Amino acid sequence: MRVWKFGDDIDTDAIIPGRFLTIYDPAELAKHAFEGTRDEFARDVREGDVVVGGTNFGCGSSREHAPLALLGAGVRVVVARSFARIFYRNAVNTGLLPLVAAGADSIPDGAAVSVDIAGGFVEVDGRRLVVETVPGFLKEIVDAGGLVAYAKNLDEVKTCSTE
Amino acid sequence: MAATIAEKIFSMKCGRSVRAGDVVMAPLDAAMIHDITGPLAVRVFGEMGGERVFDPERIIMLFDHQVPADSIPAAENHVFMRRFAEEQGIHNYDLLEGVCHQVVMEKGRAAPGEIIVGTDSHTCTYGAAGAFATGIGSTDMGFVLKFGALYFRVPESILLEVDGVFDRRVGAKDLILSLAGDIGADGATYMTLEFTGKAMERMNMAGRMTCANMAIEMGAKAGIVRPDAATWEYVAARREIEPFDLAGDDDAVYRERRHYDVTDLAPQVAVPHNVDNVVDVADVAGTKVDQVFIGSCTNGRYEDLAEAGEVMGSADRFAKGVRVIVIPASRTEYLKALRAGLIERFVEAGALVEAPCCGPCMGGAFGLLAPGEVSLSTSNRNFRGRQGSAQASVYLSSPATAMASALYGEITDPREV
Repeated sequence: MRVWKFGDDIDTDAIIPGRFLTIYDPAELAKHAFEGTRDEFARDVREGDVVVGGTNFGCGSSREHAPLALLGAGVRVVVARSFARIFYRNAVNTGLLPLVAAGADSIPDGAAVSVDIAGGFVEVDGRRLVVETVPGFLKEIVDAGGLVAYAKNLDEVKTCSTE
Repeated sequence: MAATIAEKIFSMKCGRSVRAGDVVMAPLDAAMIHDITGPLAVRVFGEMGGERVFDPERIIMLFDHQVPADSIPAAENHVFMRRFAEEQGIHNYDLLEGVCHQVVMEKGRAAPGEIIVGTDSHTCTYGAAGAFATGIGSTDMGFVLKFGALYFRVPESILLEVDGVFDRRVGAKDLILSLAGDIGADGATYMTLEFTGKAMERMNMAGRMTCANMAIEMGAKAGIVRPDAATWEYVAARREIEPFDLAGDDDAVYRERRHYDVTDLAPQVAVPHNVDNVVDVADVAGTKVDQVFIGSCTNGRYEDLAEAGEVMGSADRFAKGVRVIVIPASRTEYLKALRAGLIERFVEAGALVEAPCCGPCMGGAFGLLAPGEVSLSTSNRNFRGRQGSAQASVYLSSPATAMASALYGEITDPREV
């Protein structure tokens, strides 16, 4: 499993360009992931590979096609120094795990990587890097396997005005 | 207890005092879905076991990204969404009214103190009406369609006090671009931008929408313009509503207070390929452009087209080799421009005037760029590949700068036309 390293401000147009937004199947979206900006990604990415970004990963459009394209490509974990808000939430909801790591910039492209979520670290070329797991209320969604699985068993929700 | 506007809105909805950092399941006043992200939300709603939506009257449906349908899959999406609207009794504006954020505003579907979500990142536009409005993904929307509520972490706020008087042909878009340059593409991530100050009070609703619209370009969850008489007048003209006071308290806890004066602000341009890569127009004046796009949820209102028309003056043709695409943001705005004679002047000069939709800003419908081409656009994003080829370049500006550049075929300071 290898690292696919990207820079700062990777926007969701780069992850999946607008012209593919009529596609909803993750496997089909994956064929166009990073098309035009990093064409070899869709061709060479393997199950379990990890995408690593700098700051503000996933900024821009709210398109959920972006996490779906990565999931379709077999990516289960994205590590970045920071995430844009909507992408972060979409990732959690769809079962793509976004992990914040202050040291993400030091991870080189192509490095061998493994992820230990319970241990709270990623191991890159034999070196351990601490990652932050998702905060409390989102963890329930992650543990359920995404928001669909979480919400399936709910008949109603208590809002802050009724609780 | 002193509070920001965002804290006040969440406190009103919850019936108790909540503060930045609190996580709440907030009831929603409205939810907007469109043709691109809506179909996925509807599917997710079904996967979550949803049968009837929480309240059809609070759901706003319309099509704007691919209209009229530009492909068979787009047409299928429209059919799928229409069927859902009929089954659920949701009012569907379909493809008749225009770009989602403009339509929500002009139909009076957003008001001060409301919490609104939409499956589009520029949903923050409704902050111009004093609403807390934010973009969400399709899976969150599936949840919303079922339950009418969503988890929020009440955000911290940055107070932006904007004073001064704009120079001639400088305005809201130049302000928001300069703020993006100053604050940065992630400088307000998870936060609310609260706009206030004399320059905001003097700004018309069209300009306020331009500002709130681009809060997301700084990573913000919402951008709220402090409601005043102009806000209430706008909203009250569209629905029955009793005005109330909704302002951030002087002693509220803001993450930061920033003060700006627009008096000496020059026309601003965001240069490829980031929205926070902003310079004075003089720094890029003379850059040749192949395409000029005047439109979008950011700058497709009548006021924007009138601003372009004013710069155009008596000119009767655009520079040779420049494609000028004008797309009013809604049918209503289109009619206003038509009746004012603007559309006729644009067409006579060689513009392609299209029916209200997202146009080239959608990056997949039409008006796309070839490798090496340069576009100057009044929209909100200049990301690599946003308007077609990843080898094309997109610059962002105000309608005034866009029109000046269309007349000369190169990026031009509108004050010098």
